[in-house]
Amino acid sequence: MLNKNIYLILIISLVFAISFLIGFNVNLLPAEASINAPIYDELFKILFITGLIIFIGMTIAVIYSLFKFRKRNDQMGDGIALEGNLSLEIVWTIIPSIIVLLIGLYSYNIYDRMGGMKELNHNHEMMSSNTEKIWAGISQTSDNEIAINNLSIEVSAMQFAFLFNYPKGNFISGELHVPVDQKVSMKMESKDVIHAFWVPEFRIKQDIIPGQPTILNFTPTKVGKYPIICAELCGPYHGGMRASIIVEEESDYNEWFNKNKKPEVNL
Amino acid sequence: MTISIDPQKTNNESLQPKGWLRYFSFSLDHKVIGIQYLVCGFLFYLIGGTLASAIRIELASPMSDFMPRDVYNQVLTLHGTIMIFLWIVPVVNGAFGNYLIPFYVGARDMAFPRLNAVAFWLIPPSGLMLVASYFVDGAAQAGWTAYPPLSITTPQSGQIIWILSVLLLGGSSIFGGINFIATIIKLRRPGLKLMQLPMYCWAMLGTSLLVVLSTPVLAGTLILLSFDIIANTGFFNPVLGGNVVVYQHLFWFYSHPAVYIMVLPAFGLVSEILPVHARKPLFGYTTMVFSIMGIVVLGLVVWAHHMFTSGTPPWMRLFFTIATAFIAVPTGIKFFNWVATLWGGKISINSAMLFSCGFIINFVFGGITGVALAQVPFDIHVHDTYFVVAHFHYIVYGGTVFIIFSSIYHWFPKVTGKMLNEKLGILHFIITFIGFNLCFAPQHWLGLNGMPRRVAEYDPQFQFVNQISSLGALLMAISTIPFLINVFLSVRNGKDAGDNPWNALTPEWLTSSPPPVENWEGEAPLVEEPYGYGKEISERK
Repeated sequence: MLNKNIYLILIISLVFAISFLIGFNVNLLPAEASINAPIYDELFKILFITGLIIFIGMTIAVIYSLFKFRKRNDQMGDGIALEGNLSLEIVWTIIPSIIVLLIGLYSYNIYDRMGGMKELNHNHEMMSSNTEKIWAGISQTSDNEIAINNLSIEVSAMQFAFLFNYPKGNFISGELHVPVDQKVSMKMESKDVIHAFWVPEFRIKQDIIPGQPTILNFTPTKVGKYPIICAELCGPYHGGMRASIIVEEESDYNEWFNKNKKPEVNL
Repeated sequence: MTISIDPQKTNNESLQPKGWLRYFSFSLDHKVIGIQYLVCGFLFYLIGGTLASAIRIELASPMSDFMPRDVYNQVLTLHGTIMIFLWIVPVVNGAFGNYLIPFYVGARDMAFPRLNAVAFWLIPPSGLMLVASYFVDGAAQAGWTAYPPLSITTPQSGQIIWILSVLLLGGSSIFGGINFIATIIKLRRPGLKLMQLPMYCWAMLGTSLLVVLSTPVLAGTLILLSFDIIANTGFFNPVLGGNVVVYQHLFWFYSHPAVYIMVLPAFGLVSEILPVHARKPLFGYTTMVFSIMGIVVLGLVVWAHHMFTSGTPPWMRLFFTIATAFIAVPTGIKFFNWVATLWGGKISINSAMLFSCGFIINFVFGGITGVALAQVPFDIHVHDTYFVVAHFHYIVYGGTVFIIFSSIYHWFPKVTGKMLNEKLGILHFIITFIGFNLCFAPQHWLGLNGMPRRVAEYDPQFQFVNQISSLGALLMAISTIPFLINVFLSVRNGKDAGDNPWNALTPEWLTSSPPPVENWEGEAPLVEEPYGYGKEISERK
């Protein structure tokens, strides 16, 4: 009996060791280029390791049973008449519940750190003060904050392109230029069908909906050029609906901005 | 003119065609209807599989070069619709439910035999109509989710035929659900208690409740959508002041429970198969029943996890995260119970057992990615990517389709009186298992690294992994060949099975193979312990 328990403990520790080894050494994600990305990757690592432990454990249990309890040629009759074991069943109800609850709390914490919960504070105020209903994206800010922010950009999506309007400079660009390490706030609306704004390196995605503006905030942390991908089926050329986001040093950004800036026209 | 036919007379053998012609008739025999569902579903599976192959051929290269882009969208729409509404739902519910439930409750037929036949005969015409819509003006091309405004702006005839066809299939599903509930509750043989029923009855009871509660919502939604398309109403059309997100709520209120409509019956079937071939009682009967009902209740309140990026307020995102993640608990109980059923058994390693174990491994994997996807911050990155495609194929193919094959190996002897060839069966399992994992495991990485779903073209750096995936799809296509050869050879020349080749205890095995029209020569047997393996016969009740 003691021997059996030692084997069991050995196997369980081995499963944990392998899962941690894989979880910490195998990178399945693209580069991290926004404030959200490292937070996301932290959550991913926890989910990946927990998932590996459960998956490897269950697979070993199934394959082991198939080998260990396979019917030999000379064997007749049935296995043991075991119809259940209440304490065991309680254990494997409670342990998964705790795991699920902990993961839920942890991802709440992650979501909060990403700024997802911010909007709750402004929600009520916005509904009453603003006739236009703005739907949540991640890192929602109030309209006041957007007004103060220099980097408020209006995104419009259509079959099959994104257009980026810089109201401060009074120009529209097909490429999204943003300075590194500064918060960007985008108000997005679609002109025809539903599209989505996805930058894998930023780990953010938000649908762009016709008739309902959505808001998406992010802070890029790494200079470079990243793809903006439409992630919602929007028609035949959906796969080709791409744009680029160019994250640059502030001086480069200002140079680009001033070059494109148009004088204000009074309408 | 009204013709009144004595119900007893229509079942009269002289009025019903005999032999294989029965399967092309408006038969009222639940066994015939079950086989009609299965064969019809399998034919549509071959069509849906061909469409899947076309998708994987297109994706073997980064450019959109195999078919025109709008045809590609039609192909992926038809693939999804056919596989869900014409293959998995009719087969795990209609085929096995019709064949097995009357045996399990000790009845001679379903509660409403005519409704049953109507439910089946709605399927072939609506399926053919759906496929034929391609030749009218192109099939629907807005995905199986048919999100407006895309579904309003794409060519109308295809979308309208799609809606009509899904409405008919939904109607068929509701008729079936009502029939199963009535049969399980009201047609039980005297003396048979609910808690003595084989687990598949409980799974079908839960599934049918979901069908009856949620399918009408889909029907209503699609009718409104069709008004938007043909009558220029503005329910979901933003140009006319409609709200596109409301459609998504209504759609997923059905379509997430639809996932449980596809997997709960599979949970029931595997609960019948494992005890027989492991020669052990089903572990934890009572907890299994409660977890099925838990999944039914939770399954109705998780729909918005499909909409985490659609514009949902944060409280809603959190509520649906927690509700969704908690489905893992009752589901987990079932998987632990199945492994405990295997533990200490005398397991026959045959095709039915291998497909069931393949199901456990695949589904655990798909379940784990499912709990991850339930987490809002995780989902925001991978929503609408190949990660999601991989996840749900692990659930519906690696899960349910594996169980459909397992069930065919298990019940073929009962239906035909002949055994399937085990060597071909094991070959079928090996190719399917390798092909399936080769096809879908790499897609998780594609999604995490930036490949959205439903695209005909992608970045060149994803080509190698996509080609591995396409190779897996090729293996999956090949795997149907040994299966079909096996079925055709065994129906004609298979080894005689006898009445109960597996020495099983559930009631369908206590009659001849194939069973007589009345199911039993005498009175239906009272089986109080369908899983009483390992007990002396005298100990069994």
